[in-house]
Amino acid sequence: MPFPTLDRAAKKIVSAVQQYALLSGRSLANLFRKPFYGADIIVQADRIGIGSLPIVILTGFFTGGVLALNSASTLANFGAAAITGELVSLSMIKELGPVLTSLMVSGRNASGMASELGSMMVTEQIDAMRALGTDPLKKLVMPRIVSTIFMMFFLTIISDAVGTLGGAFVSVVLLGQDGSQYFHTAYQSLVFADILQGLVKPIFFGFIIATIGCFYGMTTRGGTQGVGRSTTQAVVVSSVLIIVVDFIISKFMISVFGR
Amino acid sequence: MASAAPVAEPQQWQPPAGPAILFEDVSIGFEGKPVLDRISFKLEQGDTRILLGPAGVGKSVLLKLANGLLKPDSGRITVFGEEVSAMREQELFRLRHHIGMVFQEGALFDSLTVRDNVGYQLMEEHVPDEEIDERVKEALRVVELEHTMEKVPSELSGGMRRRVAIARAVVSNPALVLYDSPTGGLDPITSTTIIELVVKQRDVFRRSSLMITHRLQDAFVMAMNRYNEKENRMELLPEGTVDDRTSFLMLNEGKLVFDGSTHDLVHSDDPFISRYIR
Ligand SMILES: Nc1ncnc2c1ncn2[C@@H]1O[C@H](COP(=O)(O)OP(=O)(O)O)[C@@H](O)[C@H]1O
Ligand SMILES: [Mg+2]
Repeated sequence: MPFPTLDRAAKKIVSAVQQYALLSGRSLANLFRKPFYGADIIVQADRIGIGSLPIVILTGFFTGGVLALNSASTLANFGAAAITGELVSLSMIKELGPVLTSLMVSGRNASGMASELGSMMVTEQIDAMRALGTDPLKKLVMPRIVSTIFMMFFLTIISDAVGTLGGAFVSVVLLGQDGSQYFHTAYQSLVFADILQGLVKPIFFGFIIATIGCFYGMTTRGGTQGVGRSTTQAVVVSSVLIIVVDFIISKFMISVFGR
Repeated sequence: MASAAPVAEPQQWQPPAGPAILFEDVSIGFEGKPVLDRISFKLEQGDTRILLGPAGVGKSVLLKLANGLLKPDSGRITVFGEEVSAMREQELFRLRHHIGMVFQEGALFDSLTVRDNVGYQLMEEHVPDEEIDERVKEALRVVELEHTMEKVPSELSGGMRRRVAIARAVVSNPALVLYDSPTGGLDPITSTTIIELVVKQRDVFRRSSLMITHRLQDAFVMAMNRYNEKENRMELLPEGTVDDRTSFLMLNEGKLVFDGSTHDLVHSDDPFISRYIR
C-alpha cells in the first residue's frame, strides 16, 4: 500500500505549493491596485519591527560576543587574534545577522500571522470580510508582506551593528584587545559584495516569513486545533526555508562575486 | 416608534427582473468527497426560502456558493441575473454589495467595536464618518441594540452578537439576505427575537432571503407570522393561513429532497421528510 499513499502525499504537496504561489502572487499584485491599505501597513510594521526590536538586539549582541570569544581563542593559536574584528563583522553581516534575525522574527511573527489569520478563518471572519466586499489578500496579507520585508531589512542592519558591538565588548573588556584595532579590521575587511549579500538576504527572508505565515493562516481548517497546527507548521516551514534559501543565495553570490 | 423606518441609502439599487437566486445542476465536493449533487432550485425576488437538513449535509456550503465564497465543481449559479459561478473575485465584490450575509456564529470582527463592525462596508467605501454613525445607529435601532455602539463583540451575549451580525448584513440595504442558522445555539426565547427580526426584514424591508435553520420550530414561526409595522412586533397570521412567499427546501445526503410550500411540506408522505418534521 505505500505507493498510493505516496502518490496522494505528492499531489497534496504540489497543490499546496501551487496555492502558496497563487496567494503570494495575488497579494503582491494587490500592491498596485486600489484601495491602498497604508494604515494597515503601518500597524503591521509597528508590530513586526518595533515589537521584534528587543529580541533582535539581545540575540545580535550575544551572538557577536560569542563569535569574538570563540574566534579569538582559535585565532590566537595562529597568532592572528588581531583580526577578531574582521571575523565577527564578516560573519555577522553575511550570515548570522540576516539568518538569526529572520529566525527570531519567524518565531515571533510567522506564528503570529498564522494564528491570527487562522482564527479569523475558522470563525468565518475571512469569509465575512469577502462577503462585505473586501479582499482579504489586499487587506490582511499584502500589508503583512510589505511591512515584514521592509522591517526585516532594518532589523538586520541593527542586528549587524549590535553584533559587531557585542564582539567589540567581548574583545576589549573580556579579552583585553585594542578597541581601535578591532573596529579598524572590522571595517577594512568589508567589501561591496559582503554588504550586498547581507542586505539581499533579509529581503528574501522577510518575504518567506510573511507569505508562509499568511499561507498557513489562510488555509487553516478544523477549529482551534487547526489553528494550533497551522501556527506550528508556519514556524517550522519558514525556518527551514530560510536556512535553505540562505544557502542558495550564498552559493549564488559566491559564484558571482567570488566571495 | 421610529424603528420601522428603512435604513437610509442614498439610492436604492433596483435589481433586474428575474429570480434572485437560480441554481442549475450545481455539484460540489471536497477532497474527493461529494457534498452537493446536482442541486437545482429558484428563489424569486421578494420570497423567502427556508433550507432544512441534517447537520453536515452541506447547507452552509450551499449558502456560500450563492454569493461566490465557494465555486461549484459543475453547474451554474446566477444571482440577480449575474452568473456568480463564472465571476472572478474582483467582480463579485461589486455584486456582494447587494447581498447581506449572516454567518453561523455571527463572524463579527473581534478586534473591532460594534460600530466599526456594522459600519465596516461603509468605512471601506470611505463614506464620511458622520454618515456612517447615522446609518450604523439606524441599523442597530432595527435590531434594538443602539446602546452597544462602543462595545466589542466579546462583551456581548450570543443573541446580541447575532443581532449585530444582522445589522451588519443589512446596513447597506441589500436586496438579498443569506442567513446561516441565525438561531443556532440560542435559547428558545432569544431565538424567537431573532426570527422576529428576520420576519421584519422580509415584511417591512421586502428583502429576498435564503435562511438555513435546523430548528423546525423557527421555520414554522416564520411561515405563520407577519410583521405588524404599527405595533412594531410580529403577529400570527389568521388561523389556517400561512405566508405564501415563504417556502421550503430540504437537503439530505447531497440531494435536494424537497422543494415546495409549507402546506406540501406538512402533508408530504416521503418517509424521510415526515420523520424530519415530526
Ligand atoms: N472549505 C471546506 N473544505 C473542506 N470541506 C468542507 C469545506 N466546507 C465544508 N466542508 C465539508 O462539507 C460538508 C458540509 O458542510 P456544511 O455545509 O458546513 O454542513 P451544514 O449542513 O451543517 O452547514 C462537511 O462534511 C464539511 O466537512
Ligand atoms: Mg452549517
